[in-house]
Amino acid sequence: MNVLNFVQAFFSDGAHWHGYDGIPQRLLEHVQYSLLALALAAAIGLPVGLLTGHTGRGGNALAFIATAARALPSFGLLVLIVIVLGFGLLPVMIPLVILAVPPILVTTYEAVRSVDPSPVDAARGMGVRESRILFQVELPVALPLILSGLRSAAIQIVSTATIAAYVSLGGLGRYIVDGLYQRDYEKVVGGATLVAVLALVTLAVFWAAGRLAVSPGVRRR
Amino acid sequence: MESVTKRYADGTVAVDRLSLEIRDRSITVLVGPSGCGKTTTLRMINRMVEPSEGTILLDGEDIQRRPVTTLRRSMGYVIQNAGLFQHRTIVDNIATVPRMLGWSKQKARARAAELMERVGLDAALAKRYPYQLSGGQQQRVGVARALAADPPVLLMDEPFSAVDPVVRKGLQDELLRIQDELGKTIVFVTHDIDEAIKLGTMVAVMREGGRLAQYAPPAELLAGPADAFVEDFLGADRGIRRLSFFPSASLDLTTGPVLPLDATAEQIAAAGAPWLLVTDAEGRPLGWGEPRTLTAGAIRPGELLPYGRPFVPGTDSLRAALDSAVLSPAGHAVAVDDAGRVTGVVSQAAIGEAIRGAHAADRADEAKVAS
Ligand SMILES: Nc1ncnc2c1ncn2[C@@H]1O[C@H](COP(=O)(O)OP(=O)(O)OP(=O)(O)O)[C@@H](O)[C@H]1O
Ligand SMILES: [Mg+2]
Repeated sequence: MNVLNFVQAFFSDGAHWHGYDGIPQRLLEHVQYSLLALALAAAIGLPVGLLTGHTGRGGNALAFIATAARALPSFGLLVLIVIVLGFGLLPVMIPLVILAVPPILVTTYEAVRSVDPSPVDAARGMGVRESRILFQVELPVALPLILSGLRSAAIQIVSTATIAAYVSLGGLGRYIVDGLYQRDYEKVVGGATLVAVLALVTLAVFWAAGRLAVSPGVRRR
Repeated sequence: MESVTKRYADGTVAVDRLSLEIRDRSITVLVGPSGCGKTTTLRMINRMVEPSEGTILLDGEDIQRRPVTTLRRSMGYVIQNAGLFQHRTIVDNIATVPRMLGWSKQKARARAAELMERVGLDAALAKRYPYQLSGGQQQRVGVARALAADPPVLLMDEPFSAVDPVVRKGLQDELLRIQDELGKTIVFVTHDIDEAIKLGTMVAVMREGGRLAQYAPPAELLAGPADAFVEDFLGADRGIRRLSFFPSASLDLTTGPVLPLDATAEQIAAAGAPWLLVTDAEGRPLGWGEPRTLTAGAIRPGELLPYGRPFVPGTDSLRAALDSAVLSPAGHAVAVDDAGRVTGVVSQAAIGEAIRGAHAADRADEAKVAS
């Protein structure tokens, strides 16, 4: 039996398509965890990145924090937090958010900082207020880079959200964890395939968001 | 500007006790070598840079007393490379300040369309994005954007330095035309002395260390540089360039050597000149010829030498007249009217006489001012 047979067997088994352990349910849970983690990470990373990028201050501190955060192993962190806080959604969210903040924060900072200074100077000279300069001059031009930061954060979250299963939560990680425990490799491969597909869908969603949100003048086509 | 000094945080003195009176409704050019404090001076006017000492008055009022955004919105600001907003279309770029001032979208766009026409931009460019425009077109958009809310003052920092000489000349002519029509008070920074002389009503030459070397109208600058630095900065051909400020209207034209293509042998002989200017039936110049080589009655264009570049008396300066004379094989400048028809010719000697006359008149004027 090769991997493709596993995949085929997993997806053709009707029992996998309904119920609380069915694919739709697990997929929905996985998407929910991912979206929540991404929203929390963006709520931290975007404002800080935008502000530091606009003022140009705090870049070194950011780089240090980001590198330190990247060095933390998500799974190890999860175990540690569970020991301290016990089971629940929070112990899952903390490592996911810590994983996702650095790419968002660093790319947002870099994106805003690397905006051509002359339109900013022109806007300031015309009497545009600082907040408007940030949101109406810098942000639209920095948007493609900012989106790419969010995209890599989202991809990392989607693949790492499988750890939720270790603390008895749902999501696609359930198939992998349970499959390994039950030595049901069909399930393991099926779960992994679903995670990969979801990552691809995430890519597609960000591509579409870029098409919609980024001005053709910035996309240059 | 009253004794304005700018010392940056690192101790650099960019502008040193600069006093300058900028005249209403005229173009004041700040010119000088790189790093002499031109940009700093300009940016102190809209408070992008705050002076360390001294005061800047606008219509008699200290600019420090105006809210900074109000001050800036009353001054158009144009920079090198235009600084257009990449994500906005050309109309929306131009409509920026009107929109900020609360104009309706419709009114702001109508105004933008009007300005595109004024700065010589094709209306078809309105919906384009900045990257789809040439450097010269982008610069025009920059000027239109600065003019959008009709500010009385326009600050321009090397606006035309990134475009090629032909486009630059077009932009300069356009600016002079706009200034004629709108009567703005323009402060213009450049490091190009020719640009300064062409555009300036008054030219402030600055030297390193942010000090004013000379402040004078361009003709006066060319006639009498204050010191060796200014003289050196003005460069070669100062005398020739100064001729641009002397009118050619007073030149005495002669029509003696001007003949049509079908001139007879008698007419050619009667002209008695070593060189004859032959014209077509409408009176437009065709070229110079020596009497002995011309076929009387039916002169062929192949017998003629080029006549160089004619000048229009009254419109062109003595510099153009002299140039025309120097280019001509006969040593005579060709004068034409607006339709390009020959009105006469004038010799190098006569132009030389006119130049001496103009210099004398200028000295007399100066003496009158001095007394
Ligand atoms: N923000 C700043 N901090 C410190 N020094 C500065 C700053 N801005 C300009 N300077 C210095 O002040 C001096 C004048 O600069 P400024 O930009 O006004 O010159 P400029 O005449 O416009 O030159 P250029 O023709 O190259 O544009 C220079 O020596 C420059 O290095
Ligand atoms: Mg400068």
